[in-house]
Order: sequence, then C-alpha cells, then structure tokens
Amino acid sequence: MGGLQKKKYERGSATNYITRNKARKKLQLSLADFRRLCILKGIYPHEPKHKKKVNKGSTAPRTFYLFKDIRFLLHEPIVRKFREYKVFVRKLRKAYGKAEWTGVERLRDNKPGYKLDHIIKERYPTFIDALRDIDDALSMCFLFSTFARTGKCHVQTITLCRRLTVEWMNYVVTSRSLRKVFLSIKGIYYQAEVLGQLITWLVPYQFAHDHPTDVDYRVMATFTEMYTTLFGFINFRLYQTLNLVYPPKLDSKAESELKAEHEEDYAMDSESYLEKLSALSASLARVVATAEEEENQLDLFPTEGEDQENMQAREKEQKEQEAQKRLFEGLKFFLNREVPRESLAFILRCFGAEVSWDKSLCIGGTYEVTDETITHQIVDRPDMDKQYINRYYIQPQWVFDSVNAQMRLPVEDYFLGTTLPPHLSPFVEEKDGDYVPPEKLKLMALQRGEKPVQEDDEEEEEEDDEEEEEEDEEEDDVDDEELTEEKNLKKMEGTRAQGKTLAVKVTPGKVKPWETGSVGNKVRLEQEEKAEEKRLAIMMMKKKEKYLYDKIMFGKKRTTREVNKLTAKRKAHEDASKAQKKQKKAKKQ
Amino acid sequence: ARPGSVLHPPGPVLHPPGPVLHPPGQALLCTPPTRPGPALYSTHQARPCSVLHPPGQALLCTPPTRPDLVLHLYSTHQARPCTPPALPSQDIRNTVGNIPMEWYQDYPHIGYNLDGKKIFKPIRNKDELDEFLDKMENPDYWRTVHDKTTASDIRLSDEQVDLVHRLQKGQFGDVNFNEYEPSVDFFTNEVMIHPVTNRPQDKRSFIPSLIEKEKVSKLVHAIKMGWIKPRKPKETTPQYYDLWAKEDPNAILGRHKMHVPAPKMRLPGHEESYNPPPEYLLTEEERMAWEQQDAEDRKLPFLPQKHSCLRAVPAFSRFIHERFERCLDLYLCPRQRKMRVNVNPEDLIPKLPKPKDLQPFPTTMSLVYIGHSSLVRSISASPTGQWLVSGSDDCTVRFWEVNTGRCMKTLEVGGAVKSVAWNPNPAVCLVAVCFESTVLLLNPGLGDRLVVSSTDQLITSYEPPEEDKEQAVTWALSEGPEHDNGHRLTLTHPKAVKQVVWHGKGDYLASVMPDNSSNLQVLIHQVSKRRTQNPFRKNKGLVQCVSFHPLRPYFFVATQRYVRVYNLIKQELTKKLMTNCKWISSMAIHPGGDNLICGSYDCRLAWFDLDLSTKPYKMLRHHKKALRGVAYHKHYPLFASGADDGSVIICHGMVYNDLLQNPLIVPVKVLKGHQITHDLGVLDVTFHPTQPWVFSSGADATIRLFT
Repeated sequence: MGGLQKKKYERGSATNYITRNKARKKLQLSLADFRRLCILKGIYPHEPKHKKKVNKGSTAPRTFYLFKDIRFLLHEPIVRKFREYKVFVRKLRKAYGKAEWTGVERLRDNKPGYKLDHIIKERYPTFIDALRDIDDALSMCFLFSTFARTGKCHVQTITLCRRLTVEWMNYVVTSRSLRKVFLSIKGIYYQAEVLGQLITWLVPYQFAHDHPTDVDYRVMATFTEMYTTLFGFINFRLYQTLNLVYPPKLDSKAESELKAEHEEDYAMDSESYLEKLSALSASLARVVATAEEEENQLDLFPTEGEDQENMQAREKEQKEQEAQKRLFEGLKFFLNREVPRESLAFILRCFGAEVSWDKSLCIGGTYEVTDETITHQIVDRPDMDKQYINRYYIQPQWVFDSVNAQMRLPVEDYFLGTTLPPHLSPFVEEKDGDYVPPEKLKLMALQRGEKPVQEDDEEEEEEDDEEEEEEDEEEDDVDDEELTEEKNLKKMEGTRAQGKTLAVKVTPGKVKPWETGSVGNKVRLEQEEKAEEKRLAIMMMKKKEKYLYDKIMFGKKRTTREVNKLTAKRKAHEDASKAQKKQKKAKKQ
Repeated sequence: ARPGSVLHPPGPVLHPPGPVLHPPGQALLCTPPTRPGPALYSTHQARPCSVLHPPGQALLCTPPTRPDLVLHLYSTHQARPCTPPALPSQDIRNTVGNIPMEWYQDYPHIGYNLDGKKIFKPIRNKDELDEFLDKMENPDYWRTVHDKTTASDIRLSDEQVDLVHRLQKGQFGDVNFNEYEPSVDFFTNEVMIHPVTNRPQDKRSFIPSLIEKEKVSKLVHAIKMGWIKPRKPKETTPQYYDLWAKEDPNAILGRHKMHVPAPKMRLPGHEESYNPPPEYLLTEEERMAWEQQDAEDRKLPFLPQKHSCLRAVPAFSRFIHERFERCLDLYLCPRQRKMRVNVNPEDLIPKLPKPKDLQPFPTTMSLVYIGHSSLVRSISASPTGQWLVSGSDDCTVRFWEVNTGRCMKTLEVGGAVKSVAWNPNPAVCLVAVCFESTVLLLNPGLGDRLVVSSTDQLITSYEPPEEDKEQAVTWALSEGPEHDNGHRLTLTHPKAVKQVVWHGKGDYLASVMPDNSSNLQVLIHQVSKRRTQNPFRKNKGLVQCVSFHPLRPYFFVATQRYVRVYNLIKQELTKKLMTNCKWISSMAIHPGGDNLICGSYDCRLAWFDLDLSTKPYKMLRHHKKALRGVAYHKHYPLFASGADDGSVIICHGMVYNDLLQNPLIVPVKVLKGHQITHDLGVLDVTFHPTQPWVFSSGADATIRLFT
C-alpha cells in the first residue's frame, strides 16, 4: 500500500543524541578545543535512556551529547576565536622560523583573546543560579591561589585567584555569613550562607604542593579560566549588595593605621595592598557611609494557626542566627605564629572578634602580645614559657568547635597541652537510626542548656562508670527502637526453634513463667502474631515489589550493622582506656 | 699538522671549557698514555693553561695515580716544547683505558702494560687493619695515593704536593706563570683623524629622501584623519561589572530545561576529621583490608587518621588529584536524571485479611506418628477420618489411628511403597497400594465390621464375564495367609507404577506408569468388573500425576509442563493448562472442581481458575525448595503445600460461587517440624476429611498431624 517504508533510527531518540566524534566533526574542532569549549560552555554528555536504540543497535560504549547542545555550540562566537588562535600560532611559528623579530612582536601584540562574559550570562541567567554553582569555583580558586608561582600555570592566573579569594573572604567577613567550619585531613571546609544559599568550599592546608604527574593541568586551567570570570562577577555583585567599593578598598581609618609600618618591605604598592586586604584585620570602605550594622527586623504580619507557628519558628531561627553572628564579639584574640593565621583570622573576624598576630608573621597585626586586654591567645605548642594570667591559652580547635556548636564552649578541654576532645563534622545530620557519637550527644545536651557532668578522675570513678553505663543504656535504647523488629523476629524464631525441638522429643511439659498469662506474655504473643502476619504478607508480595522491599531492608540492615559496629568499637575503646587508667592508678599507689 | 691536533681531533674545541672536560678526568686519560707528551704540549700551546685550570679541581679529578702525566703537564707550563721526560726504566702503566676497574675484580691481574703483559695485583690486599696501621705508622701516609689501575700506592713527591696545594687554592699550576702580563691594545679606542678609505661621500647621504618624505606624509595624513590610532594599552586584569544588572527570568533558554545540574561534592563526615572519635579509626585488620582493596572498591577514599594537634596535620597528598577528578566528572561524566524511589517499605506490603479472621486452620503440631524406618512417600486418610494409611520406602504399609497416633497394623509388601490411596467411598473399606509394578487392593479390616464384611462380599461377588478380553493388567485374587493379612486383589502391571488415585465414587482407580516411550502410561481400572482400559492412544509426554474431577467425568493428566483435561465420556481433550513451571511434581483439584493447584520442582505453586484461563491465576513462590505435595481440604477453604525445605504452608483459598469474584488466596500459616534428611523434607500432605487438620509425611520417617 501507500507510503514509504519507515527506516530504522531516523526518528526518535536516535536522532536526539550525537556521539562525541560526530559532534567534533560537525564543529570542525580538534579534540582539545572541543573539550575546552565543552568546559567553558558547560556542555556534558548525557546518558540516554535506551542506549542501544540511540547507538543504532550497537552496544559499543560511546558517550553521547544532546544534539541540541551541539547545534547550540555551532553559533558560539568563541569557536571562531579558537580558530583565530590556531592561525595566530601558525603565523607566530613561521615568523620565528624566519627570525622576523618585528613580525613576532607585532603578532604578539595582536594576539587574539576572548572574553567569557556572555557565556557566564548565558549559563547562569540569574544571579542566584550562579551563586548556587559556585562551590567548585571557590575550591578551585583557593587551590590555585596556593600554587607556587613556578611553571604549573600562568602567574597571572595565580594572582587573580588569590585576589578573588581574598575578596570573597572579605565579603564573608563583612556580611558575617560563615556558618560552619571543619578541620579535615584534606583541608579546612567552610560553609557560608550567602543570600540564602549554602556554599561550601575546601581550602588546603598551607603547604607546598607535590605536583602529581598524572594530572592534566590544562583541563584545570580551563576550568579556572571559567571559574575566575564567574567568581569575579559574583564578587562584584555581592560587594554591590553590601554597598562596598569594588575592587575592595580598606577603610580610610584602617588604611592610615596600617600605613606606617611595613610599606618599605614590598616592591609594589599593589602587592602590599593585597597583603593588607588578605590580612583580614581591617574593615572595608563603603560606597555610602552607613551605620555598621543594619538591624533587619522581620515584619510582623497578622497570621493564624500554622502560619503563626511557622512565623515564630522563623523568628526564633533568625534570632539564633543573629546570636551566632555575634559569637565572639567583644573578645580579643592573639594568634601565635604556629597556628594557621589566615583561616583563624578569617573565622574569628567572621564572628566579630578582634584578632592580631605577631608583627613578623604578617602585615596587619593591630596590637602586640603584651596587650593586657587580650582575652584569648591561640596556641598550638605543648608549653609556653611566659604566660599572662588574665588570658586563656587555648588550642585552635576551640574556635572551630565553638563555631559549629554556635556557642562559646567551655575552654577547659582546650587548654595548652591537654588532650583534645574529638573534632566532629558539623555537616553530619543524624537521622534516627544513624550512629551518633557520644561527644555529639554531650554537645547537644550542652546546647540545650544542661549542665555538663564533670568527670573528675579518680574520686568519682565509680560514679563515672555508672554514668557511662547509663549512656550505654541510652545508646542501647536508641538502637533498640530501630532494632525492635529485627530482634523480635529473631527472638520469635528462636522460640519457634525451641518449640520444634520440644515437639520432636515428647518430654513432660513445664509451665514457663511467661506462659502463666501475665501481661508480658500477652504482649509477647501479640507481637509474635503481628510478626507472623507480616511475614505471611511479605510472602504474598509481587515479584517487583518484593525486590524493592528486599533492597530497602538490606540497606536498613546494613546501616544498623554499621551502627552496631561503631558502638562496639567505641565500647571496646572505652573499656581499654578505663583499664589503662586503673592500671595507672594502681601504679601510683 | 701537529700530531696533537690529529689525536684529539679539534684540540682547541675539546679543551676550551676546561671544567667540562676535566672533571671526569677523561680528557687526559683518553689521550693514549703512550704519547702524552706531544698531545698535551700542543693543546697547551693552542690555549693557555689559564683556561684549562681555572676551577682548580681539574687535576684533582684526574686520577692522581698518573704522576708522570701530572709531571708532564707541569713541565708544559714552562711554555716551551720540552722533550718528553725519560720514562722510568720499568713502565708499569696500564693500557686498559678508562674503564671501571671492578671489571677486573675476579681476575688475578688488573690489566696489561705497554708490552701487552698482564699486570698482576699485589698478592695481599690491604685490609682495614693494615690501612689503619699504615695510617698510624707511615709518616708519608698523607701524601700516598692509591692507583686503582695498577693497584699500587704512590708517594707524591714534594713538587707534586706543591702543585696540588696550589690548585686547591685556585692558583695556576705553573709557578712561573704571570697572570698579570701587560695587554697589547690592537684595536685602539681613539678616533683617528684620517679616514680609512679615500672614497667621496654619496650625495644621498646629505639630501633628504623623497620616498621617505612621501611615506611620512602619508602617515601624518592618516594620523590626522584618525585612521591610525595609538595602540591600546593591554588589559592585564579582567574587568568586572554587574553582569546580572538586567536580569530577565524570561531569558532562560529552553536548553536549561534539559539541564541536569551536577551533584555537589559530598560533605565530609566524622571520619574525615583530623581528630575523629576513636570508633571511626580503622583497626589493623580493616586497614589491611583497605590497603588490599582496589581504589574503586574502597568505601572511604582515604584512611582516617588521628592527629594530636593541628600543628601535626600534614598536607593531603591527593588534594590536586581529587580536584582534578571532580573536573573530569564535571565535563566528561554522562549525566542522567534518576528518580529515587522514596517509599516506606511498610507500604509495599500488601494489605491482607488477618489470618485470625480466616480461622479455622491448623496452627500447631499435635501428633507425631512414629514407626516407619525410612522415608514415608505417601499418606491417605480414610473417608471417616478415623484412620490413616501410610506407605514407606521400608516396604511396609502402616495403618494408624488418627486420634491416638497408634499404629494399628503393619503390612509388609514386596517393595518400596510409592503411593497409597484410601477409597473415598465411605461404604467400602479398601486401600490401594502401589509398589514396583503392582497395585494392591487391601482391606485393612478397620472400622465398622459391617463395612468390612460388605467390602469383602463386594470383591467375592465378582463373576467373570463369558468372553475374556485381553487386558494390559492381570487381576489376581489373594488367598491363604495373604488374604488374612488383608490382601484382596493384586493388579500386576507391565511397568513400575508410581501413583494410584481413586475416583470420587470409589469404583474406578487410575494408576500411572511414567514412561516416555509408549502410550501405556495411564490405566483406569474398574474394581467391580475387574476391568482395565488404557484411555490414551498417544504418548503426550512423561505423565507425572493424574486425577479425577470430583463431580464431572473429567480426567486431569499432568505431564512435565502441562496439565491436560480430558472429557472421559466424549473422549476428547477439553483443555490444556500452561503451568509456566519447569517440572510439575503434584496436583490437586478443588472439591468444587473449577480450580486446580499444581506444585512444581522449581519451588512454585500455580493456582488455575479453569473458568478463567489456561494460564495460572496466581503463581505462589512461598517455598524455598522443590514442592513435593499439594492438597485441598474437602470442606474448608484451605490448601496446603509441602516442600523439601521441611515446611508445610497452609493457605486460605476461598472460591466464591459468584463467577465474577476471583478466588482469594492468603497464606495463613507456615508449619515447621519435619527434619530435612538427604535434602528431602516433606513428601506428602493430605487434609483430614472433616476437621481442619493436615497430615504431612516426611523424609525423616515420621508423619505429623497439625491441628
């Protein structure tokens, strides 16, 4: 009958995707350029739903791009710039070969470059979109800013990254938006809440990098190129929202204060200025001189019922946040030279403290060690020779833990030379069923306002034991709640097995205490019945649902297993440490 | 033309960068030691020693074992062609050249002298002690050097020591060399008054060029017109501005709808802390396991570590790697939107009526019938429900009283009993037993005497017909002691019999002889007329079991994968049921006759609604192992299945009279009790005819009653 025969793979999903090589040919780009373009434009491969259909019947592993994405790349102006650059390189090589030095110079002067502004605008049509995606940019820029200025990438990139990160830190300090910090073995994690978005970034510890050989720095540099552009625009906008001058300027007052001392150490003014900015010790200049803090009160609307509750909850949260912002207000810190200055200064300033350091450590210290008004000195060495009596000598972890706990923790545990309590991650939010370390429980109690139980060693050891047992019991309870089902099932199976053996050998029956019809017995029977019902119902499940159910239950079991393992480990550790303590005590006597 | 220039081809080129050539000390060694004199002499002429020596180390590097060479060099500094010094009378120079001397380690000699004779090593090597003694006693020890090539110690002369000292100080080797000789100024810096040539100057050198003027005027014009602009100063720092000043939410492209945002980096847990709680640290074994795992399999990409203070935390060696991997993930990793199933597992469990509401059904094991010594293949209850018969592999048939568990009678038969069946007619007391190729009809003599005697009468009242037809089976009447034991009729089959089953009326009896190659697999016997017939002309596959329809003249034959339903009166196939099983083991018909269950060796139980479809209405996979027996209850809506996993599962299977309502199937009880022996659990199940009780026989040689 009529009509052409339909051919396979000429419509539908097969035409919506395009393989990488075909895309590259369509764009007439080399693989390296194609990759660069993908990175800059944020084009990534898609996993089709039916791979075989898309792959025209073949099952060979291929990466697929959306055809629309590639067609969209065809009109990209920087593709032309890439080609121009290719031509430029060719011309330059030729000029070099002919030793035409004026020609080389001329070519160099007219080196084609490109801007990424339009790409940023297109990838992130609104500011919030951009802000949401800034995590990776931050981490990358912080990493690049710590590189040595040799070889691995352009010095300009490194300085630019440094400048942008310093601007970012200054913004966070000024807006006081830091929320959480975490000292990990990889580096320091920070989390800030900027315009309602939670932004997390990771900063490596201040060490020289051991550059690996199996990392392609060109890829990283391309990413950084994009990230710096994005980051710069975001910084500009953020500074604008706070009425700050961009690029940041120090307060005139602060500037005059800092002026006198170290000017001659720096070759260039710009360098010293960046250093001063990065010292984070002074406030920034504003476009319009306003009061330091604007109290933004929530407007009250007449509300009812649930809305009212929500409103109250929001109000409370706001208050808490305000309180957290002023966590260290009124405290005066001094950083010893062995502590990481930048991160501590950043954190302390974010929460309203005054910070200073030794003059030889960095530019920007505002007062000396000898200042009598210093309340806390942050020290990371086993002992100090000369100590002032009117200040606390604490280890840096106190600052981090206090920020995470949103309260000033008791300083006793963090004194000079003491064994530090474990440092917990603030990013873990325990659901019920997850393992909660006892330290966290203690901290939560402290936050609720309960008095911490003092654990004085020897005299109260017995009491100690009791407490710990109690704690253990608590833990067990928590576990119990999750494990009830499991345990009950097991118990019932146990009893059933018992029944089985009993039934095989007919022995004179004994009246068991729980069989006499007590309340426990009834409850138990009921539970048993319920469990059996459930098991029978599970038998009647459909295959598909059964599979899903088994998977979920397997996951649950795994988590409980992990929790049990952690609890057991903790218990073993505590037992061991207790035994050690006892031994010591015995030795003393 | 000098011999030297031939020897080290471009002599001056070789030597000039003295320090390069000398340090390894090869330059001098490369020159064949046979003719050191001329070679050195010539080089030093080409270039003064000042170039050769400057660093002062040159000679120290050359093995000081060549005193003659050094001496020679020394003499060259006198800057005159000196005659080669008289060689010592016995010249023991080594000719092996600049090779590692270890190559001669295992030989008694150490090289060859000029005449090609071996130079032998000294007989005794100095050991440490000798060395030490030498150091202590020999006053010249400090000026003694060891020559590796000749393995001899050489004492430096005063002159040589002096030379070494001077070179160490960075002075010239030659004492008499004057490094501050006055220089001769060949090209003076003073301007002469007279030109070198006498040629008159060109005219163009003092007339302005027209061409240049034209060019300049063009440029000036272009500048005036603004065609040429000064070069813009290059922007080194990028300019930022408010990119999102005119934010337009409508500018969001359609592309963004297909956009799958990259997932954020996972946030760190407690184990990543520099000072984690002790339970997060790995034990020794976990650590070993972690190290042996592949990097992809590891649950944690790093080892948790504890540092006592922040000062002690080292740099993380994989930091750049991790960032790089993140970059790769961002631009190379195919993205796909995945819907995460977020269901409460409790919601997945179907809501079934409570078993409590579906009572009665057997719940507990109340009696165990012990007596058999081998596995009990088959059991059957009497229609009154008072007796139970069981056949076992120990070649006995036992009769039990149901209520007491007492074995009333034991009959030895001539083989392992495959199947027993009690006649369902309450007016007849007959039991069919099959073993090997025999089907035995027994009168157990239990119960009502009237019934027993009437049964005997029924059997004896048979009158053989006039014309004896050829039958596949021989019928024989038992007599004598066998008759006293209860044997009544013996049907000898041509092949081994696997199953016997009665028709509901109790007159007809079907026996199954599974055989894949003939059509003689199923026989139907009529007891009253002692007649046997083979209903099938064709072999349709290995018959597993057969059954009669309880009400209508239908006959069910289960082959390996299908159940065929035949109409016995019309003598035709009415239905073929697809079981979707691999191998059917057992089958039972609902007393209503419209439903059927099939147990199979692949752990499934298929429920067929005959009115609905030829495909199973429901497939139950309750058992973990092969099903061996299935049974329906006569009155209660119950069915049971027994399997090799040693359990009997009782299900509520309600069949409604309303044709539109599907049967309701609810598992109500899992009964366990049988022990698994030889991988066999429950072999047969049967219900009590009146009570909601179930009997099960197992491979552990017991029969159990669940009430």
